[in-house]
Amino acid sequence: MKTWKQLQTYLLVTPQTLVFLLFLLFPLLTIFVVSFWEFNGYAMSPALILGNYKAIFTPVYLATYLNTFKFTVIVWGLALAIAYPVAYFLAFHIHDLRWQIGLFVLCTIPFFTSNIIRMISWIPFLGREGILNQVLLNLGIVQAPVDIFLYSDFAVVLAMLHLYTLFMVVPIFNSLVRIDRDLIAAALDSGASGLQVFKEVVLPLSLPGIAIGSIFIVTLVMGEFTTVRLMSGGQASSVGSAIRNQIGSLQYPQASANAVILLLVTLAIVVGIMRTFDIRKEL
Amino acid sequence: MTKPKRSLTFYILAAIFGLFVLFLYGPMTAVVLLSLQGPEGSLTFPMRGFSFYWLVSVFGEQRIGEFVTPFLRSFALGLLVMALSVAFSVMAGLAFRRHFTGSRFIFYLTITSLIVPSILVSLGIGIAFNILGLNVQWYSSALGGHLTWTLPFAFLIMLGVFNRFNPTYEEAARDLGASDTQSFWQIVLPLIAPSLIGVAMLSFTLSYDEFNRTALISGENNTLPLEIFGMTTNVTSPALYAVGTVTTIVSFVVIAIALTAYNFFMRRQP
Repeated sequence: MKTWKQLQTYLLVTPQTLVFLLFLLFPLLTIFVVSFWEFNGYAMSPALILGNYKAIFTPVYLATYLNTFKFTVIVWGLALAIAYPVAYFLAFHIHDLRWQIGLFVLCTIPFFTSNIIRMISWIPFLGREGILNQVLLNLGIVQAPVDIFLYSDFAVVLAMLHLYTLFMVVPIFNSLVRIDRDLIAAALDSGASGLQVFKEVVLPLSLPGIAIGSIFIVTLVMGEFTTVRLMSGGQASSVGSAIRNQIGSLQYPQASANAVILLLVTLAIVVGIMRTFDIRKEL
Repeated sequence: MTKPKRSLTFYILAAIFGLFVLFLYGPMTAVVLLSLQGPEGSLTFPMRGFSFYWLVSVFGEQRIGEFVTPFLRSFALGLLVMALSVAFSVMAGLAFRRHFTGSRFIFYLTITSLIVPSILVSLGIGIAFNILGLNVQWYSSALGGHLTWTLPFAFLIMLGVFNRFNPTYEEAARDLGASDTQSFWQIVLPLIAPSLIGVAMLSFTLSYDEFNRTALISGENNTLPLEIFGMTTNVTSPALYAVGTVTTIVSFVVIAIALTAYNFFMRRQP
């Protein structure tokens, strides 16, 4: 009877595990192996060389990595700055549960629509004849339409914030609503000011939420290539878009070496965040 | 509880919240409006005329490409991903109610799938298929890629659901002589049905809109997001916005159906 129960458990978990073994672990191992292969200009062949890794530690590549970090840090900082007040408002200032759920759903609905369409939707605002340029022209702030709103780093960051801020809002909201309101009442009764309550009670208890949101933002932005390509008009570069270009020219070994480094760097950041904040209890 | 007096903080935060919602919905509204222009419309404001010309043109054959087939393909793939995600995550959720050797490994494998940069999944599956001599297709490689994105969400939701699940109903059924299969279909499944609606909707929309994990592995037949991405480089007419409007309407319809189904199942809860 006991063995049947155990067998049953393993049978139940088999399909999901197979999916991850076949479509996640095996492909990742393949990338790792291929990163040591050779590329002769039109095809790859098995080998054990480090050339693909050496090529990464050149100024051009390092600049690409720096650029990726730049996007990650800027988007992370701004997403946190936007998400915290939004989550705080929902958690502490909306007392009617139906309103809270309703406003929360309002924030999440765009998450269920196409990222590509959401990027495209910035064209009428940022384009040469877009709303922003028209407003600036009418106000006399600029004399001629500014080209760099669309197809620039600015557009890339704006579009990423548009796509990913929600990934920061949800975990922060989740940790804020779980804070025991009695703790806050106790702090207020003991004579703490509103600011002190925030600094000493609310903020520390919401750190795990911030950590989870940060992990999402970092992993999403570090591997980005679509937004970078579409919103910068192909001008800005990121590790993701470099990998994408190498795949386009069939340089799989080089793309794989890049992917391995990207994964290691991303995992290092994630582990760093997890070490700093105890997020286990949020899961 | 008396309503606390609304402070200045409330109004400042409410303003930030309002701006955030405007930021989320503003661009989309512009796209919808601009897709309703006359035949002479362009990519920017002001609107030139008003008609359903561009929306209708989405459903016809046109020089910029054809959208009905990729749409049907994405829809079919979405349904497939949805069915598999729901089934697999419920099974795994049931298994995780007990402690078993290897559960930590499977848990971390699932979390890894969520945080691995998408391009690695796409690249890895592409190279693996290449080496094995398999053809990449939307119903094989892309299906796998989509599952690596939808299953972690589905699984984490199911963990939460079974964490809160009250086992007394199930135990009562078993005391009355129900088999495992009977107690699952007649007791457990009806009780978790509302959450399953959520998992199903999430899986479908994540798959239907998925781009990054499919970009390199959908084969010669594009899914809809890939087709639209191809359009962005060469289309300068509101047809682009019309496609966007139509796919967004599809997403909204799916969300509405899910909310209705959720309410229906919630009302039948004990």
